[in-house]
Amino acid sequence: MSGHEFQSFFPESGEVDMTDTTTSIDEATMAELRELAGRYPQARSALLPMLHLVQSVDGRISPAGIEACADVLGISTAQVSGVATFYTMYRRRPGGKHHVGVCTTALCAVMGGDTLLEKVSAKLGIEPDETTADGTFSLERIECNAACDFAPVMMVNWEFMDNMTPGKADRLIDDLAVGKDVASTRGATITSWREAERVLAGFPDGRADEGPSAGEASLLGKSIADANGWAAPKPEDAK
Amino acid sequence: MTDTLTPVLSAQWGAEKSWTLKAYTATGGYEAVGTALKLAPAEVTDLVKESGLRGRGGAGFPTGMKWSFVPKDNPNPTYLVVNADESEPGTCKDMPLLLASPHTLVEGMIIASYAINCHIAFVYIRGEVLHVIRRMQQAVEQAYKAGHLGTNIHGSGYDLDIIVHAGAGAYICGEETALLDSLEGRRGQPRLRPPFPAVAGLYASPTVINNVETIASVPSIVRNGSSWFGSMGTEKSKGMTIYSLSGHVNRPGQFEAPLGITLRELLDLSGGVRAGHQLKFWTPGGSSTPILTGDHLDVPLDYEGMAGAGSMLGTKALQVFDETTSVVRTTLRWIEFYKHESCGKCTPCREGNWWLVQLLKKFEAGQAVDGDVDKLLDICDGIGGKSFCALADGAVACVTSAVRHFRAEFEDGYKTAAWELFPYGASALFPVESPDRSLSLTKGAHA
Amino acid sequence: MSVVTKADQVAQVETIGVTIDGIEVQVPKGTLAIRAAEMIGIAIPRFCDHPLLDPVGACRQCLVEVPDMGNGRGMPKPQASCTLECAPGMQIRTQLTSPVAAKSQKGMLEFLLINHPLDCPICDKGGECPLQNQALSNGASESRYEGVKRTFPKPVPISAQILLDRERCVLCARCTRFSEQISGDPFIALVERGALQQVGRYADDPYNSYFSGNVVQICPVGALTSAAYRFQSRPFDLVSTEVTCEHCASGCHLRADQRHFQIKRRLAAEAPDVNEEWNCDKGRFAFVSARGEDRMTRPLIREDGMLRIASWPEAIDAAVAGLAAAGSSSGVLTGGRLTMEDAYGYSKFARAVLGTNSIDFRSRPTGTDEAAFLATRVAGRRLGDGVTYADLEKAGHVVLVGFEPEDESPLVFLRLRKAVRKSHLLVTAIAAFATAGTTKLNATLVATAPGGEAEALAGLELAPGNVILVGERAALAAGALAAAADLADASGAKLAWVPRRAGDRGAIEAGCLPGLLPGGRPLADATARVDVASAWELESLPAEPGLEAAAMLASAASGELKALVVAGIEPSDFADAAAVRAGLEAAGFVVALENRLSEVTERADVVFPVALIEEHAGTFLNWEHRAGRVNTVVRQANAPMTDLRVLAALADGLGKPLGIRTARNALAEIVELGTWDAPATKARATRKAAARKAAKAASTSSTDGDVTVKLSTWRQLIDGGRGQDGEEAMAATARESVARVSPALAGQLGVADGEELTLSCGAGWYTLPVAITPGMAEGTVWVPTNSPGTPLGELGVVFGDDVALSVGGGE
Repeated sequence: MSGHEFQSFFPESGEVDMTDTTTSIDEATMAELRELAGRYPQARSALLPMLHLVQSVDGRISPAGIEACADVLGISTAQVSGVATFYTMYRRRPGGKHHVGVCTTALCAVMGGDTLLEKVSAKLGIEPDETTADGTFSLERIECNAACDFAPVMMVNWEFMDNMTPGKADRLIDDLAVGKDVASTRGATITSWREAERVLAGFPDGRADEGPSAGEASLLGKSIADANGWAAPKPEDAK
Repeated sequence: MTDTLTPVLSAQWGAEKSWTLKAYTATGGYEAVGTALKLAPAEVTDLVKESGLRGRGGAGFPTGMKWSFVPKDNPNPTYLVVNADESEPGTCKDMPLLLASPHTLVEGMIIASYAINCHIAFVYIRGEVLHVIRRMQQAVEQAYKAGHLGTNIHGSGYDLDIIVHAGAGAYICGEETALLDSLEGRRGQPRLRPPFPAVAGLYASPTVINNVETIASVPSIVRNGSSWFGSMGTEKSKGMTIYSLSGHVNRPGQFEAPLGITLRELLDLSGGVRAGHQLKFWTPGGSSTPILTGDHLDVPLDYEGMAGAGSMLGTKALQVFDETTSVVRTTLRWIEFYKHESCGKCTPCREGNWWLVQLLKKFEAGQAVDGDVDKLLDICDGIGGKSFCALADGAVACVTSAVRHFRAEFEDGYKTAAWELFPYGASALFPVESPDRSLSLTKGAHA
Repeated sequence: MSVVTKADQVAQVETIGVTIDGIEVQVPKGTLAIRAAEMIGIAIPRFCDHPLLDPVGACRQCLVEVPDMGNGRGMPKPQASCTLECAPGMQIRTQLTSPVAAKSQKGMLEFLLINHPLDCPICDKGGECPLQNQALSNGASESRYEGVKRTFPKPVPISAQILLDRERCVLCARCTRFSEQISGDPFIALVERGALQQVGRYADDPYNSYFSGNVVQICPVGALTSAAYRFQSRPFDLVSTEVTCEHCASGCHLRADQRHFQIKRRLAAEAPDVNEEWNCDKGRFAFVSARGEDRMTRPLIREDGMLRIASWPEAIDAAVAGLAAAGSSSGVLTGGRLTMEDAYGYSKFARAVLGTNSIDFRSRPTGTDEAAFLATRVAGRRLGDGVTYADLEKAGHVVLVGFEPEDESPLVFLRLRKAVRKSHLLVTAIAAFATAGTTKLNATLVATAPGGEAEALAGLELAPGNVILVGERAALAAGALAAAADLADASGAKLAWVPRRAGDRGAIEAGCLPGLLPGGRPLADATARVDVASAWELESLPAEPGLEAAAMLASAASGELKALVVAGIEPSDFADAAAVRAGLEAAGFVVALENRLSEVTERADVVFPVALIEEHAGTFLNWEHRAGRVNTVVRQANAPMTDLRVLAALADGLGKPLGIRTARNALAEIVELGTWDAPATKARATRKAAARKAAKAASTSSTDGDVTVKLSTWRQLIDGGRGQDGEEAMAATARESVARVSPALAGQLGVADGEELTLSCGAGWYTLPVAITPGMAEGTVWVPTNSPGTPLGELGVVFGDDVALSVGGGE
């Protein structure tokens, strides 16, 4: 890898994968899609959640999923396709059971994110945007995930994996691979990417109470204030 | 004189199960709703106006004034949309707030909605933060059960529904009009203004869009009064706010302080730049705010102070880089971010960032040629101020400020690769096996 | 956001003063800076801007400097003039006076070009390309870009007709905005993001829009091309002529481009009052039908039962002999391809040369009260007497009766849609079901089985200024035309009859109806006859009423009518194709004037090849009664004799000179004749008499199928019409032929969506897949009138007839 290629030919861009037309969308899914559409003052607002639901059912944005969304919302398949290809969380190919993201935006990259990505990629034997042959892992080079005080950061199924090191990443992959319970540093026990997508669609999984209230870095200012006896003014003092 | 740090929003983040309704009400949560609902909506808006609260999402627009722009005679319903699409590189304040204290936002939304006569409010949360979304979904559900949401809230006759909405991966949706298009189930591309969202926003109806921290600040203002809020901060930058310190510092984290604190003070509190290293450059409010250097350590971190230093307060995301860091590499990676996140609607952003990435790669590899720095600046001149929205202005700010402060380092790119001048292992937090390699990956998201 | 100026407000529109490059100009409030600059001749370069599309501000090519917004303060950044509304006192500096604007524009052009291929020499747009023009006039001669250009597989067929070369695209979004805003067919959309953003469609749903060709025309680069024209010519080798479309009564002005005496393409011309800058795919692409082997170039005469090639004098002599023998026991059947001048020639030929009033242009199903309606409500009008496109925009409420605008008059559809989007027009459709077209008009459906139109109309309340549009098949619904006229009279609403074919309105004015002389003069009125006779320098005109088309054919079949002169008809277009064939076969003598071999020429005794529409001049009157010029595009014709010249030659041979040989002569006579000023009371009495007449009795020709229902039908825009022959790519974008029934009827029949349904009547059967259509009127089936290979005329049933339905294929 010279690291300096610049991709400029895009043979597969422009649409979802039409070669795989399998789907698990059934009447129950259709009912849930319609339920989502009914939650908003205007049904089309539900399109992003609906596409999350399609991913949770089909493991990708499937042609059947696009058609289902278009049917439910009364818009064209081209319009759904335009939305599905705009947002990076929507996948054209089946995601793994676990979707691993490594942040390589400037700050994480500089602090070791590039190395993490290289190592995870080598360990899984896949490049970003690919899925392992056994379907356990997919890998993504992600952009800033709003956890910079925990850099370098990884995500598994969109759960925070803070303050990562190559060693931690190695263990994380090993544990996930053998199905051990893995807890997010600021989140719940890892379930699966598809289950996560279902929550994003708007169907809670009851795990909100898992995990801590905050990470150490989040509490740093408060703990320094406490140590110094600092606090916001009392309302009566301000008058 | 207020204390150096003034935790208000973050005061209860460490409490046992702080995210629950029980924990929140234990410290007076939802009392401000009761107070606000006894006032006339206009009085609530006036209170927020008097407090001097300005938007915490980057632009710093006075919040009360924004609310007052909602036309009273528009026949369409009014909507409140909370922007929780926190994606600006370096920015990491709203996610911990929602994770630890989602009810603060719910309470703020109730008060704000009441003030602008809104009955359906939305929280648009970026999709890549599963647990934040779980906590917010649960908080809203609990608030309904407790009678803080739904019909006849607190017996006031006021009705409000809140919809928690997950995005799907697009930085541009932090731009308020792009967020509205996204929330309408479209591609998140910015809209023409006028009409402004206050007149024709969501569903072409009057809409107020505020950042999480802005709305979360409202309950404390209602509870403690506008003068309490104004007693913190500076004359034009009032109140407390959350500063996020990250990068090459000993102890990164969140610091809630009155507006106007300096980076030197924050570094002192957090143990300074990592041992054995010196500050090289930093961003005051995310990657879209022009970088500053050690010369600016004592500039107040408020709207005016940062503007005076040629930058912007932005999201108060202080990313600190030490002397091991190649500014060329960092700039490239930021521009790769903007190229990846450009929505594609307008020419300068779409094509300009595509070009800048390729040119910056040549600088990083030491393959730029004499004159390329001027070309870089000229390309930036062709982008900056000419794009449809501010995304590209932010991108350009990275490059122009980096060249302004470190022109020689860019000129080194005519001869020497950045990884030779700044072995990349040195800036990582852990040993790197191939420290002298560029790791600008080619596949995946950066296509 | 859009700027709407209703026509009736123009007079009172508020103007403001702005200064552009130092020149003061008064512009209507709400004018965009780019338009204001145009008004004083300053062209600001642009790609995404299009005056008929909502502003988008995407390409940023049109940046200008605004040193003063009108309030003394300048704008800190350059502004996109295509989205900048002028404000009073605003100062605008374009590239002509502002270095900032000039550099911004130059920079933008550079950005647009870095990923643009250098393939102008093989690009269809080369030579007429806004990007190429900009690059040549304002671009740098050398690129500073040393990177890699984006490339994609190419071309992508986004439909059978429209091809996309993505690397050429500048992402102006004109095509996607057109498809969504103007035609309401968002089957193309921007997909992907950032540098990868591109125009896309969903692979299984091609961009099959009736208006898809417009996106090729408005594409400011060569990204969108048509299969029909791709690699056919260079723009600078083409010779352009403005013409009026011959396909329907919308009356689109087109630009026909020919090279080597062959039309290579047709484009929508700019005609703000008519088609604005749009047209439909049929008008754009269907112009090659006469390029097949059936195109005739030499006359034919029948000898020993066989047609053989003959010389012109020989054929003329033969025709004259046959017609002379028949005398006034002749009839003239004209069809849709004729211009008003041609139609006038036939009308005059019938009455002044043959001495008969048996002439009828309606080579289609007709209703009994239709002729009276046409005489009193349509004929003898001028543009402005009735309804215009502009009237539709300010109508407030438009009612459609027996008229499916998207299929039958697509530019009326586009104008209605514009009014729905921009001026809150309400549309009510009295139809069997909510079509794709009426759905795009947000129309309120009054679900009406054929025959129920009059009752549905009676239930409507309209206001003055509202508009009722009746289509030609309304004549087949009992009392519908009269009910529409009554409603218009009672409410003050305007009424317009929208025929389907381009020549229909002109044929009426020319007098191609048995009871109507030119200019709307009633044959029954002696003054009218004298009027025309004196203009034609005749002692008198025949006064005996003539026969309508079907009666002529029946009369020919029975031997009463001895000769027929036929031009431009197809048997299957009539209510009963078999009866037409029988009439032609039994007629003693048939003269056919035609472009191509046809079922008529097969049965004719003498056949004259006549010039194609692009080979001669004339006029079409559109539905508004607006005259549109048909100009000669191709001047080197294989068969240069026009209908008029052939008729004149025959008249000469018959010893009664026609007096006109060219379209110019004919038009001069038409103008001189003018229109008939009938006393109002008289017209009203005639109309009332017509309304009292019993409408066509519903035929009960059903056979022993499962369920008997009413037939609703019309012609889809792209169908089996012969004028569309040869344009395969367009044909591939046609809508699927389906039989529509309501869910209840489907249940009764026991048929599921997509299964086969057979429609039968005495004359035959017709099998189509079913489309179950919610909200459809009960007791009704809809099928297309002329799906390729199966014109309904072959079944002998028309709109409103009873037909039998049974599940499964026919035997």
